Amino acid sequence: MTAVLSEVLDEAAVRRALGTVVDPELDEPITDLGFVRSVTVHGGAVEVHLRLPTSFCAPNFAWLMVSDAREAVAALPGVARLVVELDDHSDSELINRGLAADAGYRGTFGHEAEESLDELRTTFQRKAHTAAMERAITALLRADRALSEDAVHDLVLGDLPAGAPTTEALLRRRSVLGLPVDAAAAVLVHDDGTRPGRAESAMRLRRARSVRISMDGNAHFCRGLLQTRYPGSDADQVPRAEDRSLLPLLVPSKGPTS
Amino acid sequence: MYSKDGEDYFIVDAHIALWDGRPENQLNIHGKQFIDCFYDYHRNLSPESEVWSYEEYLYQGGERLMKDLFTDGYVDHAIFQPARLKEFYARGFGQTDEASALAAAHPDQLTYNHYFDARDGERGLDQLRADAERFGLKGVKLYTADWHGESRGWKLTDPMAFRYFELCRELGIKNIHVHKGPTIRPLDRDAFDVADIDHVATDFTDLNFIVEHCGLPRLEDFCWIATQEPNVYAGLAVAIPFIHTRPRYFAQIMGELMYWIGEERILFSSDYALWTPKWLIEKFVDFQIPEDLTEYGPLTTEQKKKVLGLNAAKLYDLPVPAALQVPGADETATGPRQPESADLALA
Repeated sequence: MTAVLSEVLDEAAVRRALGTVVDPELDEPITDLGFVRSVTVHGGAVEVHLRLPTSFCAPNFAWLMVSDAREAVAALPGVARLVVELDDHSDSELINRGLAADAGYRGTFGHEAEESLDELRTTFQRKAHTAAMERAITALLRADRALSEDAVHDLVLGDLPAGAPTTEALLRRRSVLGLPVDAAAAVLVHDDGTRPGRAESAMRLRRARSVRISMDGNAHFCRGLLQTRYPGSDADQVPRAEDRSLLPLLVPSKGPTS
Repeated sequence: MYSKDGEDYFIVDAHIALWDGRPENQLNIHGKQFIDCFYDYHRNLSPESEVWSYEEYLYQGGERLMKDLFTDGYVDHAIFQPARLKEFYARGFGQTDEASALAAAHPDQLTYNHYFDARDGERGLDQLRADAERFGLKGVKLYTADWHGESRGWKLTDPMAFRYFELCRELGIKNIHVHKGPTIRPLDRDAFDVADIDHVATDFTDLNFIVEHCGLPRLEDFCWIATQEPNVYAGLAVAIPFIHTRPRYFAQIMGELMYWIGEERILFSSDYALWTPKWLIEKFVDFQIPEDLTEYGPLTTEQKKKVLGLNAAKLYDLPVPAALQVPGADETATGPRQPESADLALA
């Protein structure tokens, strides 16, 4: 019975749970980025170690990832004892102590925290959507060079190639923000889902492009830095998803391509 | 000066440091983490032939600096942009005495900028006054993610910061170099937020705000602010070494900057000793935006000359031989540039 199988608490189950945790700045699962350093499971005891590309990666994002990781693994059936730790970070001690004591964000960071990290999370969900929107539209533009600016303004979700990775990625990010996903909904929208005026649409797309370039660039740099910091960690990284392979950033290797 | 294919380039390296990251200067683990983080940047983005040993990287000294910049590195003039990091290093990270003495000994080649920290309060204002006199300051470097007692970051919009900018204005310190690192407070906000630049650039239109590493990792927010504020500049520190490992990403950074802020507000920086200027200058002069990135126009030789030195020379009133000058771009002061290239993705 598959239901029973999926309830077995093992390393694979823990890694699957960790796969739901996303780096908010890069909009990618921490498992693809190589941020999971180790997972050990002994009976009901689970220990997870995370790692980041630098000691000074922003502590608020670090907290979001490790606390999300803890929550995701704790929800697995059969977890009796759970340790989730962030290694080698300038705030490792603080964050790990706060997590172990279940002190929450404010309890962990004290005077440095104000309310919550919800707004921060939303800011980056919006950026992730903006980047996905730009990828979907630019893919269309590159496929059909005759597409006009007016046509870009008028695009609806039904105009996007159904099932294409860029389309699916956009729909997922729209759902997260509660934006409509029906075929008649406008593709090019502001953060709040409203369609820009016809005269503003080119500017909206240009701004969206700068968001996408920024996120893509950060993702490449963070992946590279992790490899430099932790030799061999490239083996733990999964290449970027097909929905964002539009503009490969790396130097093409000189050797024969396989 | 750098010469290639019959063209001569006046080179200003707008962001260099003379640091001491050696263990004897480290106050705690964070001192080691900081220099290690820099070393990883260095190793990750440098061509293999340009990678230094860890020991070399910890400290260079004045003689090595002069050789790397001026003997080997084609640089005509370089500007110190020191970081204090007093919570990490016993004598600070940037070596004030050594760097300022070197600048005093080579005034034609070096400018010494110092720093201030608005959290130093009234005492810091007096100190800035004294520093301006001691160093003849034309510019300052602000690292907003520096730790300071209980605080681990500040904003240019903090009330006390306004007093410092007013004093800069009075003292003739007109170039404010801002390094946005991961500030901590308040932790609830985006740690790399550049929105405070927008406010101060509007309030102090007679000061120039040079945002180091062009706002990375928030290039998009930086571009949107800078396009609206004619006194906001992009420093290429940390961005330009991508030219080697990720040339397509670098092309997109340059393309975005050229589109949003234009050719006269971008400044070359090696960020020495993070990287050395020689290979960066050579590669930048040879660099071109790939043809398939049709949303950007190609970079011209004149534009490269401005980025590599002429723009910074203007900010610091550095004398440039007439033969190395190029005409002004006659661009709009605000808003997107090269509208003819703003064709979305159409060829």
